[in-house]
Amino acid sequence: MNTLFGERKEGATKIVLTKVDEYPEAPISLGTTLSNFTGDWRTFIPIVDESKCVKCYICWKFCPEPAIYIKEDGYVAVDYDYCKGCGICANECPTKAITMEKEEK
Amino acid sequence: MEYKPIRKVVSGNYAAAYAAKHARVQVVAAYPITPQTSIIEKIAEFIANGEADIQYVPVESEHSAMAACIGASAAGARAFTATSAQGLALMHEMLHWASGARLPVVMVDVNRAMAPPWSVWDDQTDSLAQRDTGWLQFYAENNQEVYDGVLMAFKVAETVNVPAMVIESAFILSHTYDVVEMIPQELVDEFLPPREPLYDLANFEKPFSVGALGTPADYYEFRYKLAKAHEEAKKVIKEVGKEFGERFGRDYSQMIETYRTDDADFVFMGMGSLMGTVKQAVDVLREEGYKVGAAKVRWFRPFPKEELYELAKNVDGIAVLDRNFSFGQEGILFNEAKGALYNTGAKPLMKNYIVGLGGRDFTVNDVRKIAENMKAIIEKGELDVEVDWYHLKR
Repeated sequence: MNTLFGERKEGATKIVLTKVDEYPEAPISLGTTLSNFTGDWRTFIPIVDESKCVKCYICWKFCPEPAIYIKEDGYVAVDYDYCKGCGICANECPTKAITMEKEEK
Repeated sequence: MEYKPIRKVVSGNYAAAYAAKHARVQVVAAYPITPQTSIIEKIAEFIANGEADIQYVPVESEHSAMAACIGASAAGARAFTATSAQGLALMHEMLHWASGARLPVVMVDVNRAMAPPWSVWDDQTDSLAQRDTGWLQFYAENNQEVYDGVLMAFKVAETVNVPAMVIESAFILSHTYDVVEMIPQELVDEFLPPREPLYDLANFEKPFSVGALGTPADYYEFRYKLAKAHEEAKKVIKEVGKEFGERFGRDYSQMIETYRTDDADFVFMGMGSLMGTVKQAVDVLREEGYKVGAAKVRWFRPFPKEELYELAKNVDGIAVLDRNFSFGQEGILFNEAKGALYNTGAKPLMKNYIVGLGGRDFTVNDVRKIAENMKAIIEKGELDVEVDWYHLKR
């Protein structure tokens, strides 16, 4: 697992509980964010246009989650399991390489 | 080891402090409020004298006191605190955090009337206003029950992972001295072994977080689980109460303690210290020819519906004595009891007497007057008024 490079965090699998008996007794998180995807409330989704990206990494620095990672080739990508669609990355991008689009679900 | 009680003359508050010490509480959050203060003062004294090994956390408000207990309990400790009236009201928000997170904190609430007018005297409205916070509630009749109640509350709370309140009357118990039979430490330890937490924040092998967000997809299931825990608590309370009786001679297996109810025409029902007066009055009234009994509700949460039904189907009337009031409706115990019986076959005449608010004296003679009134009502077969503000200066 590498927070700078690499496609996404290892071992990430979403837990979905379908029966009351599967729930823990107390409302605790089931493990960590590895199993608890926090990016599913999103309405708008950031899309990165690599032709405009100048690898300044301002989006990477500003992402509060952080759901933006830097790929081996130096371009940025978004981990959509954790992106909440806040739009800070698109707002801060100096070259307008990131646009927010309505997500189809 | 053979059980030989240690008899001490103590106030209700000291009984609570001794019980906390004997329960080997590990963390006590302390914020003084009359009439609870002497509980945490006594615990401070135990620590200062080297009699108890307790983390004593002085805090700046009751809200923080409960927050400290919640943190300690989440980390796996046995946590205890005490409060009264406005202090309990200030804790209200935190009470939900304790029960929602299934943390078996035990707290003594010294029943005190809510202001204004400013009052430090006995009244159950403070604790009953916390009815829906998900806490178990045990009402003590005397200092002995305060001591026993704290020990049992820990055992019940830690079995079902729900916090519990042990409630005693301001001054009538809190500052009044009485003989209390205490249990030798080794036997308390056998009865109440160290807590085994459901989840333990200090366990670094299996990390997790508490207080996380529950979306509409999951919140509902956790509420159901807490509701089921309260149902389970009914069973556990009876078992623990029975075990307490077998070990130490005082049986608490009944959630509603019945006194001379077997052939009673009507019974007096209530909670806490006023039921001591009622039991004494029942003895007097029996000699005067009244066929009456007393039913003391020990555990108000979970509410002992089934035991109430068993009682109600054999009597013609129930005089519910409420040292509390829910504005816009009626006495809270009356409201609960009447509601619990609605879908059962038991339909005794039920009348609500509002008594002793703000520490107003409630005596054997008062019980006699209520008995005369109840008798007349039952003979007539209908109520005069449903809610009777008994002491009102008319």
